[in-house]
Amino acid sequence: MSAVAHPPVADSGHAHAEHHHHKESFISKYVFSQDHKMISKQFLITAIIMAWVAMIMSLIFRLQIAFPGESFAFTHFFLGDKWAPNGVLSSSMYLALVTIHGTLMVFFVLTGGLSGTFSNLLIPLQIGARDMASGFINMLSYWFFLASSIMMLSSLFVESGPASAGWTVYPPLSVLPEAIPGSGAGMTLWLFSMVLFVAGSLMGSLNYIVTVLNLRTKGMRMTRLPLTIWALLLTAIIGVLAFPVLVSAVLLLIMDRLLGTSFYLSEIHIAGEALDNMGGSPILYQHLFWFLGHPEVYIVILPAFGISSEVISTMSRKPIFGYRAMIGSLMAISFLSFLVWGHHMFVTGMNPFLGSVFVFTTLLIAIPSAVKVFNYLTTLWRGNIVFSPAMLFSVGMVSTFIAGGLTGIIVANSALDIQVHDTYFVVAHFHMVMGVSAIFAMMAGVYHWFPRMYGRMMNTKLGYLHFWVTLISAYGVFIPMHYVGLAGGPRRYYEYTEFPMFQGHFMDLNVMITLFAILGGAVQIVFTYNFFHSIWRGQKAPQNPWRSNTLEWTAPVEHLHGNWPGPLPTVYRWPYDYSKPGKSEDYVPQTVPLEEGEEDH
Amino acid sequence: MTTLLIIAVLVLGFMVVLRLSRVAELTGALRGHREEVISEQDNRTSGRLMWAFGAIYLIWFIWLPLEYHEVFLPQAASTQGVWIDAMYTFNWWMLGIVFFGTNIALFYFAGRYYHRDNRRAFWYPHNNKLELLWTVVPSVVLVGVIIYGLSVWNKITAAPAPGTMEVEIYSKQFDWTFRYPGKDGKLGATDFRLINADNPLGIVTRNTITNRLAELHEEVDKATAERDALAEVLPEDIKKKKSEEIAHLNRLIERIMGLRTLMEQDVATNGDNSTYLHGADDKVTKEFHLPVNTDVELIIRSQDVIHSAYLPHMRAQMNAVPGMATRMHLVPTITTDSMRTITGNPDFEYILLCNKVCGVSHYNMQSPLTVETAGAFKVWTIMLTPFEKAGVPPVEASSGGEATLSDTVKTEIAGGAEAAAGTNNQSN
Repeated sequence: MSAVAHPPVADSGHAHAEHHHHKESFISKYVFSQDHKMISKQFLITAIIMAWVAMIMSLIFRLQIAFPGESFAFTHFFLGDKWAPNGVLSSSMYLALVTIHGTLMVFFVLTGGLSGTFSNLLIPLQIGARDMASGFINMLSYWFFLASSIMMLSSLFVESGPASAGWTVYPPLSVLPEAIPGSGAGMTLWLFSMVLFVAGSLMGSLNYIVTVLNLRTKGMRMTRLPLTIWALLLTAIIGVLAFPVLVSAVLLLIMDRLLGTSFYLSEIHIAGEALDNMGGSPILYQHLFWFLGHPEVYIVILPAFGISSEVISTMSRKPIFGYRAMIGSLMAISFLSFLVWGHHMFVTGMNPFLGSVFVFTTLLIAIPSAVKVFNYLTTLWRGNIVFSPAMLFSVGMVSTFIAGGLTGIIVANSALDIQVHDTYFVVAHFHMVMGVSAIFAMMAGVYHWFPRMYGRMMNTKLGYLHFWVTLISAYGVFIPMHYVGLAGGPRRYYEYTEFPMFQGHFMDLNVMITLFAILGGAVQIVFTYNFFHSIWRGQKAPQNPWRSNTLEWTAPVEHLHGNWPGPLPTVYRWPYDYSKPGKSEDYVPQTVPLEEGEEDH
Repeated sequence: MTTLLIIAVLVLGFMVVLRLSRVAELTGALRGHREEVISEQDNRTSGRLMWAFGAIYLIWFIWLPLEYHEVFLPQAASTQGVWIDAMYTFNWWMLGIVFFGTNIALFYFAGRYYHRDNRRAFWYPHNNKLELLWTVVPSVVLVGVIIYGLSVWNKITAAPAPGTMEVEIYSKQFDWTFRYPGKDGKLGATDFRLINADNPLGIVTRNTITNRLAELHEEVDKATAERDALAEVLPEDIKKKKSEEIAHLNRLIERIMGLRTLMEQDVATNGDNSTYLHGADDKVTKEFHLPVNTDVELIIRSQDVIHSAYLPHMRAQMNAVPGMATRMHLVPTITTDSMRTITGNPDFEYILLCNKVCGVSHYNMQSPLTVETAGAFKVWTIMLTPFEKAGVPPVEASSGGEATLSDTVKTEIAGGAEAAAGTNNQSN
């Protein structure tokens, strides 16, 4: 109710201060909240739950890959007799777990969780706005997200099992229940869940764009925006342009499944019967899917760039090197992200000449990515680095981004891709570059802005433990995985027991990967404990714990609707005046007016 | 069991850590410790750990492939594979330099510049020359990578020379079937509606059309009889389903009759060059053989869902997509026997894997590939039975089982179509 009463304009601040302390009901405060800070927490906690589900799934199938046919109480505990008879994962459930793990991680954790959480938290606070342009639509975006999450999870409980055709759900496998049991009711739920997800994501994205463009406070020029906001803005723009294409792909798939159309089907003979469908093409689906699917990778990684830029600059006590080049490279990446989808399809029978065009556009993305890495390195150089857990995770993010980004140059090159396409090399590549590095940035964001979210501090020492064990296990999982791929090991294989060439050292590597995965999974208990414990029991946070320049730290620790009790802050400078010569402190908040003769950046 | 134990130990370990941290937290609170204040000692420790981790990481990164080198595939066994391997070598060196350079810089800076209270960071917001440098240098390097990559890609995907031998790789859940051209040197047309127990690839010949039509008519009759005989007792929805099935079968019949018309028109226009006449002598087999040092054009098709034909030793891969035929051009260069010597493994086999998730048994959809000398390959193909043996065609069913190959083929072609042995001109 109160958000409606506060048009987010500067002079409403006073009116606001008068009634922010009105008693809110539990429902309007915690459940159907229209406050961007609460919505951001809702996104984050939903994402943490989804991440746990997805991670446990990965542990279950990693156990099967490393120890095929062995019985595990862990597997049996989660899957029961139907999907894990005698504690051995069934081959159909294996594919279902792989599929749902990918879907949850890509969409629900790294899209909803990352950009949902931090767009909501940071956009109004860092640009100096009272709230999102539309609090109501913002609330709806979360509720669509939650509904789609619940629908996705509910597919785990249907009798024929959840979707099992891989997270890309390529037809005809995803259309024909005769081909795989998961393409029954489970796939229908998957598809409808995605439609809801995209609807929610669009509401969110449009809101973010409008808010950034229209509700910046006085003096907050586009060239004074923190890089987080630039990254989140461009993420939202990519989302608005790309996600609807996924819906169209999904709708055509739904029609093929339920209405007997033939968009993706042609000349199929299955279960002893020739189908009537003629004239469609499975390749059409791949084009539509990857037209979203590739920009999606950047929807995941751009917020990660934004967060790590912000954290690295703040904690190095040094301005981010090449602010404008960083914005330029974000823009270049966003633009190019729409021109590269075909690199997922080099060996699908797509015209080889078209393939060459995609080789060219894809490899171009390496240039802005390289610029970003070099700028991070230069920011660290001669800094005065405070190793908060957030900073550690940001350094880890740069390292894993290097490791994952470089193998991107291999898989983007069509001739090289022939050899490693759909092998574990690709799995290792994208987990490194968009899985691990995005998760690292997300962790950095959580540790860094936790005081802003909950008004309390997380435990630093547990953060250290969490970081080092996670870093070691992330590399322990994904570096050996490259070699599994180079050995020719195909992904989505339930077991390799039938192949003499995939025994011996090949399996040793798989065991190593699984053990590191268990370690990495277990240490997340520390994080989860630290997170929830600190919400209630953490040390009370000071106003500006990291001595940061950005606006969110000028708002009171105690949350209130409208963010600032009085008038909105006015901005006089860019956000990266760290260790500026001639200043007594090593930071100068954006709200400090320029001194006589001082140069704005 | 050991793993369970490991998990139990890990979980217990973390419980202990959590309790200890709680104790530390409480004592810290007594001493006035603040979470956001990171002491110089903690910063130094983190910095040193960055160095230690960076060093161990990079050493481990080198050690791992040396220790586990056995997992890597042996040398490429095709001309295309050799090109790809050379390209990999170039790319690994280039990427290796960047990888080590950037990681060393990252971990070195992180460890070197940890926070000290008496220091101040260096104010260095930008430097246009540096930024230009690391935009231009990667661009130039990438131009090289792109040009090299595309030149290899163009060679690999180039159209085959006329007369290149075609071999079909046919995929379905969860196995592979192969088709070799017969005496006419060409693969015949196929249609998925003709697929049945006797014709797993749906090869089009006059016989397969006739047989399939008969089979379908029989099915229609049976379904109709079942529906009508039990008309009184069957529930409505089952009756409806039966009717739909009959309608479906009738549509199939109609389309196959259409196919027959198309075939006869094509034969009338193109005579013996008609692609519909090349199928009878094709050889369908579950074994996969290729001749060494010979150009082969692999035609890849699928019956049901997307599969992918992956030959890791050849560095070759192409998806099998229902509704279309994809192609892969290959020159195998090392016979299976030679590879056994090279790898020192007497049981070595080349392998064809499915590399696109295709269903619950995807993980075991494989077939060995034998690469042999051209002579051995020829003998092997001659021994294969043609799809339609001489005895089958209705006309001139004369020759017995003992006929030589050429006789068989001639007879069969005479039986299947108008006249004369197949020519090598490509029909449309």
